[in-house]
Amino acid sequence: MSRLGLRLVALGYLALVLLAPLAMVFWRTFEHGLAPVWSSLSDPATVHAFKITLLLAAIAVPLNTIFGTVAGLAIVRGRFPGKGLLNAFIDLPLALSPVVVGLALYLLYGRSGWFGGWLTAHGYQVLFAWPAMALATVFVSVPFVAREVIPTLRELGEEQEQAARTLGASAWQTFRRITLPSIRWAVVYGVVLTTARCLGEYGAVAIVSGRIVGRSETVTLRVDASYQTFDPTGAYAVALVLAAIAVAVLVAMTLTKPKEQTA
Amino acid sequence: MTRRALVLLSVLALALSVVTGAAARTEGTTLNLVAYSTPKPVMAKLIDLWSKTRVGGGVPFTQSYGASGAQARAIVAGQPADLAFLSTGLDVDGLVDAGLISPRWEKAPYNGIAADSVVAFVVRGGNPKHIRTWSDLVRPGVQVVTPNPFSSGSAKWNILAAYGAQRKSGESDRQATVFVRQLFRHVVSQDSSGSNATNTFLAGKGDVLITYESEAYAALAAGKDIHLVIPKQTMLIELPMVPTKTAPAQARQFISFVQSAPAQTIFARNGYRPVDKAVLKKPALKKWRLTYTGGSRTIFKIADPIFGGWRKADRVWFDPSKGRMVAIEQQVGGPTGAGG
Amino acid sequence: MPAASVTAGRLRASAGARRGTTRAALLPLGFVSSFLTVVVVLPIAALAWESKRQGADSFWRVVSGPEAVAALKLTLGAALVVSVLNAVLGTVTAWVLVRDAFRGQSLVNAVIDLPFALPTIVAGLTLIALYGPRSPVGIDIAFTRTAIVLALCFVTLPFVVRTVQPVMQELDAEMEEAARSLGASPLAVFRRIVFPNLLPGILSGVALALARAIGEIGAVVLISGNLPYRTEVSSVFVMNRIESGDAAGAAAVAVVLLCVSFALLLAIGGLRFLVTRHERV
Repeated sequence: MSRLGLRLVALGYLALVLLAPLAMVFWRTFEHGLAPVWSSLSDPATVHAFKITLLLAAIAVPLNTIFGTVAGLAIVRGRFPGKGLLNAFIDLPLALSPVVVGLALYLLYGRSGWFGGWLTAHGYQVLFAWPAMALATVFVSVPFVAREVIPTLRELGEEQEQAARTLGASAWQTFRRITLPSIRWAVVYGVVLTTARCLGEYGAVAIVSGRIVGRSETVTLRVDASYQTFDPTGAYAVALVLAAIAVAVLVAMTLTKPKEQTA
Repeated sequence: MTRRALVLLSVLALALSVVTGAAARTEGTTLNLVAYSTPKPVMAKLIDLWSKTRVGGGVPFTQSYGASGAQARAIVAGQPADLAFLSTGLDVDGLVDAGLISPRWEKAPYNGIAADSVVAFVVRGGNPKHIRTWSDLVRPGVQVVTPNPFSSGSAKWNILAAYGAQRKSGESDRQATVFVRQLFRHVVSQDSSGSNATNTFLAGKGDVLITYESEAYAALAAGKDIHLVIPKQTMLIELPMVPTKTAPAQARQFISFVQSAPAQTIFARNGYRPVDKAVLKKPALKKWRLTYTGGSRTIFKIADPIFGGWRKADRVWFDPSKGRMVAIEQQVGGPTGAGG
Repeated sequence: MPAASVTAGRLRASAGARRGTTRAALLPLGFVSSFLTVVVVLPIAALAWESKRQGADSFWRVVSGPEAVAALKLTLGAALVVSVLNAVLGTVTAWVLVRDAFRGQSLVNAVIDLPFALPTIVAGLTLIALYGPRSPVGIDIAFTRTAIVLALCFVTLPFVVRTVQPVMQELDAEMEEAARSLGASPLAVFRRIVFPNLLPGILSGVALALARAIGEIGAVVLISGNLPYRTEVSSVFVMNRIESGDAAGAAAVAVVLLCVSFALLLAIGGLRFLVTRHERV
């Protein structure tokens, strides 16, 4: 297959599946001009929704970054039984549809759930408050950092770390000075993907948030609410902001990344 | 360095969220309204009006809108609620079963209903396919949009209305059930909720959408190019608003307000049929009176003997394993049914 | 996958390093397991418990019911088609991004991750607008099985591309040039040199794409029409079960879906292990 042929196939596929929808989002948002876009974005409920969404991301991203890095190290470098199982469990959140995540959280923390009774009796509100929303957001974004770190660690090999150990470095020193810098870009990329996933989460959070206007609505729930009240422009406007944030970060990363690094 | 920053960030995030959570606990009475998805605009007006009254002033509201069944389930799972405004009495019965609402909720004024609507058809502007009756829905080539009855309260109203219309035209139970099956052969999309079905229709799919009359008026108000048709025989959709057992006294006061003339007038102006029929006599509402009471129509309710109330109808039609709709879905869509 | 590292690790580790790893590994391993337990394992356990709550008969009745089976067939069929499409087109895309050079390439590279950035409901909305009844390009496939495949292609597009890219980048172009200069046709070069090296990466990407496609609901629920037995996927079926108050039935089908995904992930992991045999001493 010629170089040009391959290029056409790839770009054609991308255009059909990816670029056309992106263009559509832009068009639909600005179809009626800037005014309706601005009014929907400056709505206090929308502003609050952005705050809630960013807060949830601020909880989920650091947690999953630490988890993903440590788990990735454990899977690639560690020696213990059940590694395949751990690996599969990390990927499972990808397979579970968000509605089911919501159901599972109901089963755990609902009024008649496993922990619900005890929690309510002691005054802790998990469901329909930020803890459940955080749990849902953390759940759906578990895989991303690990998925970036693992192949990079595999490609890198252990030689440098072995060398450091024989020279007397402790495990923590080895990690901080050798391992971490070499997987830095993989971690950063994983963080971007995790953040994007947190911002875009809808199904699971919708079920456990209680959808309280101005209090527990996330940006994606605002998109849904706008759409339900026949305000598609408002819905697209908010969605576009979400996508723009993530794509902007991706573009910036790609342009500033050193050429030798892997994607 | 990065790690320290990450730890700091997460601590900050947790602190922030605790603070905002604490701030959310307001002093005094707050009324928590948990409602189905479409009455949001009209509730905004009602709450605004109520806050200007003597009893209503200074009582803040929290509002939550979502699909009726999902909202009911959330309340059962522990969502704080003082007022439940749902789209079927069936969802309220679910709350009764969970011990959250008095079993005598239907003994309240107006049987606990805040407003009514009817099952209606929405067609393309100009009604190009001349759809007027239930029989028109099963004409060759007519495509129908209605939600999935196992997930949507709206769909349940639609199916019971289709069945009831046949019974009121003199058909037997068996013939009417056969009609529902015929209808579903024409269904081209079964969305998970009434709102999704409306949006599917507005996106261009299908010739006719079966939905609430109030939903149609909301779409018209948003400038959509559609036409509303109310069939001659149709079902009354009764929208219950009930207080929970733990609700403060202000909840009942709000419901009384909602059933009073000023609030009922607002309902009427927003496409809902008022339960207080007297408000329709006002000259300002003449247009609406003609819409709501015009034409010789047969409008039947869920309490009608052909249904025997929500619990019985739900068991007969929508039981997940033995309901009539299970068989109909299989006959229409399964390997032995037509379609693809 | 895991066993490969174990063998390699054993061969290369020195005694001192091994000692250090075991002790230092306890704390991070403890964190990993408790985090995973609270966040992932507990909810799944709750689902499994709920699915059995009404007894094994009820479990099998829901799971083997005609609608559930039809939904599962559709889900798995669509996921398979999408995975094959991704394997081929994703590899081609990775090739074009790594080996080719054209203006705007970096931008295209960044946009690949768009499906991760865009909320799935928005993806569904735009797909209807583009390829539905009011399509500006005249393609109307909404509310059909094709639409399901399209929506799933959108959400799984990045997976294979991103797992193949690093491998392709590490691949030594000199090997291919040497083979070419010795007279091998481009196809032979691909088949004997390039493809075997890419295969592990492709398999990893396919595994992720499969898992995602099986559980996807947001992008599919708007564009598929959800007609039972015809265009209803398992995730929508599960949602309908939840909505009609049958949490146990929903959990049952969800557990089955999870087991299928789990089995596929493990199987592909094993395949990857077999394929990378030549890398291990």
